[in-house]
Amino acid sequence: MRDVAVVGFSQSPQVRRTDATTNGVEMLVPIFAEVLGGLGLTKGDIGFWCSGSSDYLAGRAFSFISAIDAIGPVPPINESHVEADAAWALYEAWVKIQTGEVDTALVYGFGKSSAGDLKRTLALQLDPYSLAPLWPDSIAIAGLQARLGLESGAWSERAMAEVAVRARRDAETNGAAQLTGSKDVDELLAEPYLADPLRRHDCAPITDGAAVIVLAADERARELAERPAWISGIAHRVDSAALGSRDLVTSPSTVAAAHAAGIDGVEVAELYTPFTHQELLLRRELHLGDHVRITPSGGALAGNPMFAGGLVRVGEAARHVMSGEAARVLAHATGGPALQQNLVCVMEAK
Amino acid sequence: MRHAAAVLGTGQTHHRAKRQDVSMAGLLREAVDRAMADAQVGWDDIDAVVVGKAPDFFEGVMMPELFLADALGAVGKPLLRVHTAGSVGGSTGIVAASLVQAGVHERVLAVAWEKQSESNAMWALSIPIPFSMPVNAGAGGYFAPHVRSYIRRSGAPNHIGAMVAAKDRRNGAKNPFAHLKQPDITVESVQASQMLWDPIRYDETCPSSDGACAVVIGGADAAKAVQRPAWIHATAMRSEPTTYAGRDQVNPRAGRDAAAALWRQAGITDPLHEIDAAEIYVPFSWFEPMWLETLGFTPEGEGWKLTDTGETALDGSLPVNPSGGVLSSNPIGASGLLRFAEAAMQVMGRAGEHQVDGARKALGHAYGGGSQFFAMWVVGADRP
Repeated sequence: MRDVAVVGFSQSPQVRRTDATTNGVEMLVPIFAEVLGGLGLTKGDIGFWCSGSSDYLAGRAFSFISAIDAIGPVPPINESHVEADAAWALYEAWVKIQTGEVDTALVYGFGKSSAGDLKRTLALQLDPYSLAPLWPDSIAIAGLQARLGLESGAWSERAMAEVAVRARRDAETNGAAQLTGSKDVDELLAEPYLADPLRRHDCAPITDGAAVIVLAADERARELAERPAWISGIAHRVDSAALGSRDLVTSPSTVAAAHAAGIDGVEVAELYTPFTHQELLLRRELHLGDHVRITPSGGALAGNPMFAGGLVRVGEAARHVMSGEAARVLAHATGGPALQQNLVCVMEAK
Repeated sequence: MRHAAAVLGTGQTHHRAKRQDVSMAGLLREAVDRAMADAQVGWDDIDAVVVGKAPDFFEGVMMPELFLADALGAVGKPLLRVHTAGSVGGSTGIVAASLVQAGVHERVLAVAWEKQSESNAMWALSIPIPFSMPVNAGAGGYFAPHVRSYIRRSGAPNHIGAMVAAKDRRNGAKNPFAHLKQPDITVESVQASQMLWDPIRYDETCPSSDGACAVVIGGADAAKAVQRPAWIHATAMRSEPTTYAGRDQVNPRAGRDAAAALWRQAGITDPLHEIDAAEIYVPFSWFEPMWLETLGFTPEGEGWKLTDTGETALDGSLPVNPSGGVLSSNPIGASGLLRFAEAAMQVMGRAGEHQVDGARKALGHAYGGGSQFFAMWVVGADRP
């Protein structure tokens, strides 16, 4: 395998609503300029481009076609797109570099959730014959998952509130975060339910945003970054779509991906958990003890740009290696109802 | 560094306007089961699944691969969803190939599909988009000006489009899976069909199909178990924006660049003589001569001559779309992978009645969007 590293990361501000179009161009142009400018690269230096986005979120077919307007017309680019969080685009780009065909790749994701009703849009990911017609929305399904964990003793409403407090207070140092600062746990627990047993603080906000990462291999990475965040393992897996036949308090796909990626010894874990109980679930499943710093950016609870959020986790985790603050870090991304599909990327210094 | 990869088996559905006899999962499994039987592999042999299809609005399901994970045997495995417009079937094959070429997996299942009867494609393509020109006239209305421009630039005679349509539909009649089978179609009958978008007539237009296509791609070890695998000699993808000043929409630079990269990677200097069969994405008849030029089979302005002299017929020097092509079956998301799979079937000697005698090297080609996304591969009977 070739040594491949994250050498650059940039993200748009995470905001409740942008005036930009749903095709992402207005959010992408500034962050392309920032990440390429920071590395001293131009469009022609990038060997492969890959993006992640969703037509349903954009409310139109082929939203990614307009997104490439942000890159500029000529020469044509070697390019692909996943209908998934851009963390999966990062995986495809990593694979492309492994083939030896290219040495650099630029990965981006974008989502404008404010354009529609996110929780109802996500209900259309469910089985269209048997489940989607009942319109269980994404918060309702997360509520069922949270309830199962509460009843089995896997977590408590207090532990969930503690996650929210930590996440939003951590986000105070994250310049891109949408929500920062938090009331105390007891004050949060006194608030009404949004969807029993979930309160507002248990749920990620609605966010518009975009993110970009540059990958490079071997010598190219060393030229571009003082301390590249070398990808030591990256893997993803999917669980059954049948919610009734899954144990929703576990995440076999995350565990399998983590096993394949090799997560021993990580100091920081950026977990993509749009609901507080999902962080507790993943910490249990991955045996992340108190010595692991969990999602210091504040994570999805502080800002949740759909289809870019997983890529943001990779970028935020990589920053800890690139800044020299950590030697080995983990990033996690998720997609689908109740953590159906999961990706784990482990990065380290050399 | 690049590991060898080969197509071990292919499968496809019977393509029809409405496959209301099967669910989406059932449609996919029809293709997947055939591909796995052809490749002689079981579920335990598959390391990862790559799914491709065109816009989710075509079925009305957001990221349908998620609900299809169980039916595709993907639970506990990596599942990757590709979407690159009309070229997506080709891109799906290329992403699956790269997973093997990168040394990540030994056997990957790629499946691409469309079940347009679940929703309404015209609605899906007609959602108003701020600051964008609407394409309410559909793809035919969008591409007709490109065709008129091609005819003007090349001086091609008017009957060329009808020749392509008659040839592809007659080829389709030899393909047991084709949507349209018209063994008795003639150039004259095509020319007598209704004009839809001048100069594109009804019989020169692809159908709207439900269908799926699957391939199993494996590494050198996996290929040992297969009698005649189709070795992947080269792959290429290129994209450019829909509009920009000076863009040539008849002979797009992204298509020319992709072809140049493809031939270079495959070590091919004279594609017309070195390629034995070509499956080219031709949704409207005139795109055969247009893409022959973009792909470099002929100099610019001369692609139509290859069609006119019968060289692109099944018994010609460069049979184009022996399967009947997109003009005979068009399950949009699957159409690109069908081209890739049919190219593989030719060099594996498994194309049945539409087999090109002695085919050793074949091209699979797909394009999408406003002639702006290109995906192609070259497969051969010999290991590169």
